[in-house]
Amino acid sequence: MNKLNITINGLPLTVSEGKTILEAATEHNIYIPRLCFLKDIHEEGNCRLCSIKIEGDKQLKPACKTMVKDNMNIITDDQEIYDTVSMNLELLTHRHHFECFKCSREDNCEFLDLLRKYSIDNEFSQLYGQYDEQNYYYQDENGVMIIDSSKCILCGRCVSACEKLSGLSVLNFNNRGNKTYVGPALFHDLADSGCIYCGKCIQACPTGALREKDDIKAVERALRDKTKKVVVQVAPAVRAALGEAFGLPIGTDVEGKLFSALKALGVHEIMDTNFTADLTILEEGTEFIKRLENNGPFPMFTSCSPGWVNMLELYYPEFIGNLSTCKSPQQMAGALIKTYYAEKMGYDPKDIVSISIMPCIAKKAEARRDEMGRDGYKDVDYVLTTREFSRLIKRRGIDFNALEDSKPFGMLSSYTGAGVIFGATGGVMEAALRTVSEILEEKPTPIEFKELRGNQEIKEASYSIKGQTINVAVVHGGISIKQFFKHLETTDKTYHFVEFMGCVGGCINGGGQPVVKAQIQEQVDVKSLRAAVLYKIDDKANLRKSHENQFVKELYDTYLEKPNSHKSHELLHTTYQKRAPYAKID
Amino acid sequence: MLERIQVLICGGTGCMSSHSKEIKKAFEDELIALGIKEEVGLILTGCFGLCEKGPVIVIYPDETFYSHVKVSDVRTICEEHLLKGRPVMNLMVNDPNAKTKIKQMSQLKFYAKQKRIALRNCGQINPLDIKEYIARDGYLALAKVLTELSSDDVIDEMIASGLKGRGGGGFPTGVKWQFARRSESDIKYVICNADEGDPGAFMDRAILEGDPHSILEAMAICGYAIGSNQGYIYVRAEYPVAVERLKHAINEAKEYGLLGERIFDTDFSFDIDIRLGAGAFVCGEETALIRSIEGYRGMPTTKPPFPAVKGLWDKPTNVNNVETLANVPVIFLKGASFFRSIGTDKSPGTKVFALGGKINNTGLVEVPMGVSLREVVYDIGGGIPAKRKFKAIQTGGPSGGCITEKDLDTKIDFDNLTALGSMMGSGGMIIMDEDNCMVDVARFYLDFTVDESCGKCTPCREGTKQMLDILNRICEGNGTLEDIDELERLGQMIKKTSLCGLGQTAPNPVLSTIKHFKDEYIAHVVDKNCPAGVCSNLTNFVIHDNCIGCTKCARNCPVNAISGWPKQIHTIDQDLCIKCGACKKACPVGAITSDVLLKEVSL
Repeated sequence: MNKLNITINGLPLTVSEGKTILEAATEHNIYIPRLCFLKDIHEEGNCRLCSIKIEGDKQLKPACKTMVKDNMNIITDDQEIYDTVSMNLELLTHRHHFECFKCSREDNCEFLDLLRKYSIDNEFSQLYGQYDEQNYYYQDENGVMIIDSSKCILCGRCVSACEKLSGLSVLNFNNRGNKTYVGPALFHDLADSGCIYCGKCIQACPTGALREKDDIKAVERALRDKTKKVVVQVAPAVRAALGEAFGLPIGTDVEGKLFSALKALGVHEIMDTNFTADLTILEEGTEFIKRLENNGPFPMFTSCSPGWVNMLELYYPEFIGNLSTCKSPQQMAGALIKTYYAEKMGYDPKDIVSISIMPCIAKKAEARRDEMGRDGYKDVDYVLTTREFSRLIKRRGIDFNALEDSKPFGMLSSYTGAGVIFGATGGVMEAALRTVSEILEEKPTPIEFKELRGNQEIKEASYSIKGQTINVAVVHGGISIKQFFKHLETTDKTYHFVEFMGCVGGCINGGGQPVVKAQIQEQVDVKSLRAAVLYKIDDKANLRKSHENQFVKELYDTYLEKPNSHKSHELLHTTYQKRAPYAKID
Repeated sequence: MLERIQVLICGGTGCMSSHSKEIKKAFEDELIALGIKEEVGLILTGCFGLCEKGPVIVIYPDETFYSHVKVSDVRTICEEHLLKGRPVMNLMVNDPNAKTKIKQMSQLKFYAKQKRIALRNCGQINPLDIKEYIARDGYLALAKVLTELSSDDVIDEMIASGLKGRGGGGFPTGVKWQFARRSESDIKYVICNADEGDPGAFMDRAILEGDPHSILEAMAICGYAIGSNQGYIYVRAEYPVAVERLKHAINEAKEYGLLGERIFDTDFSFDIDIRLGAGAFVCGEETALIRSIEGYRGMPTTKPPFPAVKGLWDKPTNVNNVETLANVPVIFLKGASFFRSIGTDKSPGTKVFALGGKINNTGLVEVPMGVSLREVVYDIGGGIPAKRKFKAIQTGGPSGGCITEKDLDTKIDFDNLTALGSMMGSGGMIIMDEDNCMVDVARFYLDFTVDESCGKCTPCREGTKQMLDILNRICEGNGTLEDIDELERLGQMIKKTSLCGLGQTAPNPVLSTIKHFKDEYIAHVVDKNCPAGVCSNLTNFVIHDNCIGCTKCARNCPVNAISGWPKQIHTIDQDLCIKCGACKKACPVGAITSDVLLKEVSL
């Protein structure tokens, strides 16, 4: 790679050929403001905030799209550029409805950061009043996420994220010019627009225009309801990322503080979804072994990711028969809380408020599915994303970083290493193989299946178990899912078991996790750092195979009888429906 | 039997809207009735250019030019002129200097200074008959190129000709082709940008309707030069006649083997497909156009990479405007030096302008570069109607600026117009007189660009809207002096940071009118008065002391708001006045202006 000599603000620098001015500046810690640039996802150069001057060019150029050339002299900051960037920011503030005090991004907003940096006055609103309020578009009927164009700065990152990460292009620009708004076509209800709620759009949004539907208030009220018992379960992936909301480095394990925070909030009982992850392996593993005995139907698809289940129901409903009938660990936990736990504690299930803390927004819709409850109550009453949980902790004034570690003990909270790795792509498959191989071979089998780990799009492996070749695949993210189904159309290979995740990287990169700023997303491998937390917990665990979980055994012995029993089917298994996008258009 | 007389009827959209098709039908019926159908050729042809006189008919061999023809005139023409050989005088154009009529088209002063190269076949051939195109050396240039020249020869000739893009960019066409040629790829594309979107512009429309084969031939030549076998014509859907004629032309060319596989028995194959626009001005921008063909929202992308390197479906693509392409066959028929001999050194060739607004001869004119603006307005355009006073010319449509009286002698070429703060643009030329309010003109153009902005980049999407809001406030009477400074500040910034040409040029009409007509802006914000009498909130028509009491104003007032005795100074009742301006236009001595009313405060 050629080295080029350039100057930035008079400073001579050597840069590799093929870099943009933004990359060159960032490498050398020279600040250039940016808003719409999201590496590999949205590189359109349309916010125009990264405008810089090149000697000899009349026009200001976008640093994110301009390649460095030998002997280029670049100015990134002078009076003209400062005034230009300020003016563009002022124009954006005129469009923005400021509600920072209650905004989900109050302390994590890329737009606000720039406004502060450039001392923006919102002068147009001061002079001419708030912008066209009748042009604001808002929808939250889906109950999972909110599209709020009053906060939108039309950077386009969400549109690109939906196109490039989920492959579904549910969100796009509607109308044009200053009347542009982002949403499904004609702002049709998101719930009927083929959205799978993977939340990649929220993770791409620099402001609060796209955000989860906030359930904090409902939880606060439940915690103060003296007639109710609040039971909380926490997903594996939450402990790998919650710390980021409190300034801890990406990849910090905050499991201990997390449980202490729950105690401080005053919940009655703390559970761990990792427990039901282990349980899921027993149920799903047994289901798989049955399919092996009956020679099909193959392949069997995992069913714990609601984003993935949404995608199958909407776009590949003909494969419903391939899905495992197992509920997700969240829903298994919810069912047990309202039956097993309630009976054991002598509570009326209607007096239990079952809350889950999830890295996921699709879980909010999953909890509301008709099948997820009985006798007039729901197994999971409220789902809080990692982000909402962090806000709740902050609002209560709990000093998270100063909390001592604690760990819940007992039924529904103990887990093996196999349960915790559910949060990373390949984790479910690895956990399943640990158990299935040992059950079938009837002797100790390997613990680790490292070839299933990592972020490459589709991972495949074959294993010889009890003389039979088992072909497995691990698929994550909408694009890979689409690719895999295309592959299935033409391949001769029989896959036996496929793990699907709606989000690239698995749950640790779920739509409910703390939002990482664009600049950090490109510097740091967020997915690998968060996944490493889970694999480390697994590595250190005493028990690493789901069937070794004593409390799971006790649950079967005393309550469910055995995996796939009638009771198990009643509580821990579910059904699916064929759906289609835009089904409700007149 | 050979035709002894040929009747060419203008079939351009303008004249078709005035029933030229019905006129042709009337001719057919009449000729059959008279029994002379075989002797008379009836041809629906392309735009003659003198649209103000439409529907236009030209009769050969004597080249009689008839104007404002109605269906009811057809019988007279047939009986008198076609049968008896007596041309119909009252359908001819009046000579403005004498009391006589002008008989022949070439005698019209309108055509004297024009040189029709891009429009060479418009008004001469039947665009639906490929044989007529071939008869006028059509496809001969392609034959020469394919059989005698190499691709590099073609590029060299194009560069030597000095032809520059006629769509507004003004980039040297040969150099553009060279970039595409130099990009390595097995697949390349040629695109004709027929999305003509400037309000009031219809140059490309005339060429597409009147001479569609010239575009097909040019695209094939371009394909040969750069190494492409597939062309697309992106036509705006609002040109249904052009779309029809192009489709027909493509089919005919294929039938004749002039498009498709192995043209002229060489290894070169070229196919052309049509793609329709969907009502977005921004899709005339080449990268937005490319996105539109690909099936995406028509939003521009940053350049570089330029389409010549990475264009349609990421392949090297050459995009050219219709008028640019129309010149290409001529360059190869008559040579680059011929082309260079016309026009100026830096801007060889001609330019088609769509003359509109306050001008007597509205229509299409094609002049060699180097002709002065004054000649276009007065000699060709026939000056301002009703003896009103010239105020400004707007060139370049919503991307251009205005040119005032003091610069009328400027010789038209790319550099000169840009130096004046305007631009050539695609060729729209709107003439304004004293009854035009320049603030309102700026607002009109900005309203267009605000509506057409795609919304992708911040400065254009938000900035132009702010500018429009300010202009609206000014025209309603709520403007301040600071607003004028703000318009300039916003305008300069939007020019510097917009992503595409639409945003980069949108502030031009505003900045240009502020520069040349600042006093009008100041009158709007300080005096709260619109001197031209257009902005109704700021218009107060007042009759001054030089009134001669001729009563013309009172007689023209639609609401009887003017009173006064003959030979006495008249007055306008402001409560009745609807600010239509009819009185101002009727006054022979200019005694009526829009002025600030002196209001008396009664205590």
